[in-house]
Amino acid sequence: MSDHDSDLKPSKPAIWNDPKYRALFFQIILVIGLGYFIVSIVDNTLSNMESRGISTGFAFLNEPSGFGILQSLIEFDESHTYGRTFFVGLLNTLLISGLGIFFATFLGFIMGVARLSNNWIVAKVATVYIEIFRNIPLLLQIFFWYFAVLASLPGVRQSMSLGAGIEFNNRGLYVPSPVPEDGFSIVFWLFVIGIIATVFLARWANKRQELTGQQFPVFFSSLGLIFGLPLVVFLMMGSPLSWDYPALKGFNFQGGVSIIPELLALLLALTIYTGTFIAETVRAGINAVSHGQTEAAMALGLTRGKTMRLIIIPQAMRVIIPPLTSQYLNLAKNSSLATAIGYPDIVAVFMGTTLNQTGQAVEITMMTMGVYLTISLTISMFMNWFNKRMALVER
Amino acid sequence: MTTETQTYELGNHPDLEPPSNTTGIMGWLRKNLFSSYVNSVLSLFVFYLLYLYIPPLIQWLFIDAVWTGGSREVCEVEGAGACWAFIDSRFTQFMYGFYPKDLLWRPNSAGLLLIALMIPLFIKSFNYKWMLGGFILVIYPIIAYFLIHGGSFGLEVVETNKWGGLMLTLVLSGVGIVASLPIGVVLALGRRSEMPIVKSVSVVYIEFWRGVPLITVLFMSSVMLPLFFAEGTDFDKLLRAMIGIIMFQSAYMAEVVRGGLQAIPKGQYEAAQALGLSYWKSMGLIILPQALKLVIPGIVNTFIALFKDTTLVLIIGLFDLLAIIQQANSDSAWLGFDTEGYVFAASVFWVFCFSMSRYSIALEAKLHTGHKR
Repeated sequence: MSDHDSDLKPSKPAIWNDPKYRALFFQIILVIGLGYFIVSIVDNTLSNMESRGISTGFAFLNEPSGFGILQSLIEFDESHTYGRTFFVGLLNTLLISGLGIFFATFLGFIMGVARLSNNWIVAKVATVYIEIFRNIPLLLQIFFWYFAVLASLPGVRQSMSLGAGIEFNNRGLYVPSPVPEDGFSIVFWLFVIGIIATVFLARWANKRQELTGQQFPVFFSSLGLIFGLPLVVFLMMGSPLSWDYPALKGFNFQGGVSIIPELLALLLALTIYTGTFIAETVRAGINAVSHGQTEAAMALGLTRGKTMRLIIIPQAMRVIIPPLTSQYLNLAKNSSLATAIGYPDIVAVFMGTTLNQTGQAVEITMMTMGVYLTISLTISMFMNWFNKRMALVER
Repeated sequence: MTTETQTYELGNHPDLEPPSNTTGIMGWLRKNLFSSYVNSVLSLFVFYLLYLYIPPLIQWLFIDAVWTGGSREVCEVEGAGACWAFIDSRFTQFMYGFYPKDLLWRPNSAGLLLIALMIPLFIKSFNYKWMLGGFILVIYPIIAYFLIHGGSFGLEVVETNKWGGLMLTLVLSGVGIVASLPIGVVLALGRRSEMPIVKSVSVVYIEFWRGVPLITVLFMSSVMLPLFFAEGTDFDKLLRAMIGIIMFQSAYMAEVVRGGLQAIPKGQYEAAQALGLSYWKSMGLIILPQALKLVIPGIVNTFIALFKDTTLVLIIGLFDLLAIIQQANSDSAWLGFDTEGYVFAASVFWVFCFSMSRYSIALEAKLHTGHKR
């Protein structure tokens, strides 16, 4: 037998037919091709920039910018550097993304559940909303809100008062801002302590239920801890908080917080547009929970609310979270459309104005794209971690 | 009280009518609108809101609207609704941009040719769909280029800066999808390749383009592309936008195709190998035909997204449908009819996107055979 074995050994393929060497060969070709491509691009770029007199490097970031920005979360004026415009833009991008994600999630969940409602008219209205707004380009929606709706609001002098000191006109929305007085910090810290205490309380209650089966009214006691206690102290101390109301002085409103129309239009459009996609995600997630689960919960005697909270939502969330993440990412990336109406996000300020003034296209483009890549990778990493925690633990 | 009691033999009782409040309109209303207190209040509230907003909207959109007229005066009548005369007088521009009026037959015939070629794709008994599809994807763009751009066959050249309107939107999204499909297929195969360098190059490419917004890509292609190539190479604006869109779109396309590749059972790969097919043969003859069939709905969805995204080219100064409406809105002869312009643009986009999404849903239902067990 043993001498037959040697005959049965597969003959060694020729070197150009061996998959191992082939793979190596193709990859070497790819590396050489790619390397040549990159080197030639870098070379061309450098020589082109030299011939056009564009300097390279990041020295421009320390030069004074010489332009003002419409809305800035940090102090900014003409004398600040180009480097600072980057952070102003970045913060504005994060602001609109954060606000957009919050409102779009809210609207999306409501509409997603409404589309599944057993109330015919509610379901139809939700369907019409979803089908209309997700099939219209976002940029068009932004223009509509900005140029057709907000621009046609009454001017500053005919400003609409929405009550509670809120003013609304074509220069934006003016909201009273809270001014804390002596002792308000105590109320604030009580609020923070309340939140921390609630976390521990919930853990303790969970443990106790697991051990003894007894339930503890966590919801109401945490309401009391977080809101009740600070409120009582607040009232006892004689309400140490006053409001700064916007008032018409000269040509514009002074005081309070002003929300520029660019932000409003962008927020409205992003919320309404992304809300439709989130609604569809939510609907798919809830539909993915089999009807047997609902029936089993009912058979156990759980109330409708508890069925939703303890049985359906936790299972639906597993299906919802991954597509929801990509919607959040889309929203963050879509917030770059701000530049079309002049909301000072990073693309408008840094890739727009700063690039036009300094001409350093390569550095600025790389920095801006780097920001979006970082945001994308961070959100998807966080969501992957979250997803892993929520994922079904299978046997 | 006179109640007649009648006795029946066991099992002979005639069927009773269902309770009157569970059938007919009343039954439907009770079940779907007024099933509980909360639902009743909700229904009435929604109906009230609809009553408040829908009739005035219809009044403005259709009943009081001014449909024709050459100038804004026709719309400045007391109680006039939407000014469709504005759209009417600018319609050609909205469709074709600044394309010369006497040459409009060229884009028109390109469009008609495409429609004529597409019709057989929807006929069930037509057996050469793959061949026709290939013709539309490969040969048709060349024909359309010569028709719209001209330059040979005795056709006058129409520079791309004269292209615009809906035509440009369609050209951009069409080119974007047709060119990104093969690149996407290669990238998807690369991402699933066992060669580490090929795989990582594909992953980096895909994740890079998927991580940045299209606007930055368009900015990049408009300011940086001229720097990348040796002096003297001149790209026109439209070509730059197209390159940006193709690079961006191919990453998304790759992910769609990858979804299809992953849905093919491993047995198919193994069977192809067992038959002794080479890599390209097993992909080209066994895997890709199945995978691409699976992802047609996904490709249609990407197309919808791209179709909406082409509006962004207005930021780098191209005149697509939205840009040209935006420009018309700021025309002093027709100032103040922004809403009409946007409503018109929205309805054009909506009709395209909605019908495509319905088509994709129908396809998905039709193609859901075999692999889903």
